[in-house]
Amino acid sequence: MDHILSLIIFFPAIAGLLGFLVNKESIRAFGISVSAIEFLLTVVLWIAFDSSNAGYQFVEYFSLIPAYGMSYYIGVDGISLFLVILTTFTTMVALIALNIEKDIKNLILSIFFLQMTMVGVFLILDIIWFYAFWELSLIPMLYIIGAWGGERRMYAAIKFFLYTFAGSVLMLIGILYMGFLYHEATGVWSFALPDWYLLQIPFETQLWLFAAFFLGFAVKVPMFPFHTWLPYAHGQAPTIGSIILAAVLLKMGSYGFVRFSLPLFPDASVYFMIPVAIIAIIMVIYGAMVAYAQEDMKQVIAYSSISHMGIVVLGTFAMNAEGITGSIFLMLSHGIVSGALFMLVGVIYDRRHTKLMRDFGGLAHVMPNFATIYGIMLMASVGLPLTIGFVGEFLSLAGFYKVNWVMTLLAGSGIILGAVYMLTLYKKSFFGAIVHEENKTLKDLNGQELTALIPLVALVVILGVYPKPILSSIDMSVKKMIVLMEQKATEQSTKDLIINVNTIGGTK
Amino acid sequence: MLEPISINIAGLNLLALLPMAIIIVGALAILCADLATKKLNRSFYTMIAVLFVILDLGAVIGYNGPIRGFFDVLLVDGIAIIGQVIILVASAFFLPLSLSHNHFREFEMAEFYALFLFMIAGFQFMVVSDNLILIFIGLETASLSLYTLIAMHNRAKAFEAAIKYFTMGALAAGFYTLSALIFYAITGSVEIHQIEEVLIDRNFEPLVAILAGTVFMIGALGFKLSLVPSHTWTPDVYEGSSAPLAGYMAVVPKIAGFIVAMRLFEMLVLSGVVWLEYILYGAVVLTMTLANITALVQEDVKRMLAFSSISHAGFMMAAILIGTTQANTALFLYWSLFMFTNLGAFTMLWIVRHRKNLWDERYQHPFTKFSGMVKIMPATATIMGIFMFALAGMPPFSVFWGKLYLISAAINSQFIYLAVIIAVNSAIAVYYYTKLIVYMFLKEPITNDASLYETNASTPLKVIVGIAAMVTMFAILFVEPLLNILTKYVTASGF
Repeated sequence: MDHILSLIIFFPAIAGLLGFLVNKESIRAFGISVSAIEFLLTVVLWIAFDSSNAGYQFVEYFSLIPAYGMSYYIGVDGISLFLVILTTFTTMVALIALNIEKDIKNLILSIFFLQMTMVGVFLILDIIWFYAFWELSLIPMLYIIGAWGGERRMYAAIKFFLYTFAGSVLMLIGILYMGFLYHEATGVWSFALPDWYLLQIPFETQLWLFAAFFLGFAVKVPMFPFHTWLPYAHGQAPTIGSIILAAVLLKMGSYGFVRFSLPLFPDASVYFMIPVAIIAIIMVIYGAMVAYAQEDMKQVIAYSSISHMGIVVLGTFAMNAEGITGSIFLMLSHGIVSGALFMLVGVIYDRRHTKLMRDFGGLAHVMPNFATIYGIMLMASVGLPLTIGFVGEFLSLAGFYKVNWVMTLLAGSGIILGAVYMLTLYKKSFFGAIVHEENKTLKDLNGQELTALIPLVALVVILGVYPKPILSSIDMSVKKMIVLMEQKATEQSTKDLIINVNTIGGTK
Repeated sequence: MLEPISINIAGLNLLALLPMAIIIVGALAILCADLATKKLNRSFYTMIAVLFVILDLGAVIGYNGPIRGFFDVLLVDGIAIIGQVIILVASAFFLPLSLSHNHFREFEMAEFYALFLFMIAGFQFMVVSDNLILIFIGLETASLSLYTLIAMHNRAKAFEAAIKYFTMGALAAGFYTLSALIFYAITGSVEIHQIEEVLIDRNFEPLVAILAGTVFMIGALGFKLSLVPSHTWTPDVYEGSSAPLAGYMAVVPKIAGFIVAMRLFEMLVLSGVVWLEYILYGAVVLTMTLANITALVQEDVKRMLAFSSISHAGFMMAAILIGTTQANTALFLYWSLFMFTNLGAFTMLWIVRHRKNLWDERYQHPFTKFSGMVKIMPATATIMGIFMFALAGMPPFSVFWGKLYLISAAINSQFIYLAVIIAVNSAIAVYYYTKLIVYMFLKEPITNDASLYETNASTPLKVIVGIAAMVTMFAILFVEPLLNILTKYVTASGF
């Protein structure tokens, strides 16, 4: 088990290289097999994971450029474990549901390389490599959107690529400046995250560094006003691209907040807590309102992603165990739910070649199974209790309630707005009489689609009812991180705030 | 009556001359062989030339004499050795590009190889000296050979390129002499280290004269290094020359120029005269940014690469501006890694060269030529894609590590704004490199005839592309040893 993490990172890449030799007719089976093995590997990792240990486990360290402090350093803790499992799981499900015929070999091989970079981002503890995987993930996605997307795919692909790339170059400067500070303080070069965690940074410097990192993460999340690439990317991407984009790539940004911004710059995080929360609330409400105005089903889900990611960010910046744990759980649930919703839109798009709500209506009569699963996913997206969406949303909001109840109230209105646009979508598409002739003969879900969707439905319900096994592992690592933040903070006010929001009855 | 001068042969340290002597003997030998027989094939000349380059490389690496030699005009210090190694390795890889599938007239002529070797000798003289006169002789030897080599391509565009390069080069040579004259007039010496001592003694007075000398020198070296505003020749000359020569010009003359610039400007920047730094700062920022912005609107891949090479040169000048040991090491690291990627990119252009301009009347390599290449030749498109991403500074490919180290050097010496400008420029640069990727991977092919794209491919070319691709992809493995060696040499020579 010593090298299981390296195996998990590089298995898809090796499969991607070997896949060049696999014949085109068998490449689909190859894709599903490889992703299933990869998923099993992560399940094995979960079983072997010691859930009473809050630190990094299965650590591998290998010095690459000692003169410059660069190393190959990987490890997993409660925060990253489930994001890795989410990645392998959604990739597998998306590949099962894949039904593109054109250049399928190139598509599947790009998915493998994409998977390597995504898993790499979550597992790597050396920041230079983190940056490398972060940037590298753009290349396969550029190709996937640009080659298999809709009409304006090239514009969407380039916009996605340039936005995220430009956002992260400043992060690179931040990274290098951190390396410089570490060198100043200790006399040795290191880009290892656990080393950086120990470094206390002056308040003023923290503000700048926080801003540099924030830009890179904010574009990825995407936070208002850097969100404009997302609707295009989702609108034009093929189904599998949308699933992976919504389920995993967006989470890289919010993961960055939890992993880097908060523990590295506790004072700056507290300083910017309210401004960030305001942006998050704008995302929640604005995203929901724009979603309501959409006619295209896929755009509704794309904008709802912005709205939900707003709550994730809000929970993260609550600075307490409930909020951060909740936001990580919400990342997982949003990954599963939005992935499933994009898959469902893909199903209906394949049959009708339109995503516009006015072209549907009464679908529940002809496609009962489809309507049922769609309904369940919709409820989970809205955050109905006993579905997976409720747990994360509730915890995130409960966490921020200790900081500021008015803002929490505003953010909570997002749930109501969510119900409004989602139920409107459901009403327009599924209920009423069938007005379009073409819709009368639509086939219900076939075996392949059910195989992909049923595990998602099962997860939505099971984790909605009993989220504890996941929550407890996350919670432990989060608590450890909060203790670290409190110790590292240079300002007394920061320490007070962290202690305040982490005790019951904190708001007075 | 002049006093008789007695020279002690042992004190001359003739060994320092050995590398250049080898390559010049090689060039003369090739000319003699050509006199004796006309039947020799280009492959013979190519390989003989490469062998002389390797011998030369051996002499450079094996040198362990004193750092001064030959009436003290030669200076074999650490950066001179690194510079020569880069020049020679690049030459050894670019020379065999003559073995393309198609036959070109210039590669059939022995003179081409002789001139090539003379040019290498010229560049070597530039880097192993701190004597302004010897540097000038080296510069002119190399440049005159290069002008001729370009013209030998024997196309209308090639003549245009050679003449343009020649006239601009003549102007630069004039600037250079003026600058050397001014420095001689105020210090009484043409040796950079003596000029430095005298100037420090005099506390950098008279300022006006130094300003004039510096400005002329920036004009002269700026021409060689294609710094804005003396960059205008670059795209036309690259377009007119054959792809191997264009690629060569993007690497070798520049490294020779950087070393001269490093010797001269480091002293001036460290003088504490603020405006010297401002002039250089302005040139650096303009070079990076303007070249990048112009590259955005190019319609031809070769011209795009020309502008991108200007912007890369701007990054390098930033290293000279910063002037710390780390920055100078970053310069060499960057350039060694850039050399291989650039070699790969230009070799790819050489491979897909077609006799006729089938895609565009004006350009040889318009972007449309590469439309949908991934569907016709997946391997070629993928490799070209990797070179483009590498040039753009995408991790973990080669140039990224150089850029990383350079930005780090800027940050470590508190040049935060410069670091941000470099980073923003990398973001701009991504756009035009991605443009080619978009054409290759996302657009539909215009033609399905793969043979159009490999008329010039041959085994030697494929091998060179393979080596370049390997180095580009697995650059991380070379960074650590390279950094150690470079840091050692750069530190040893006091930069």
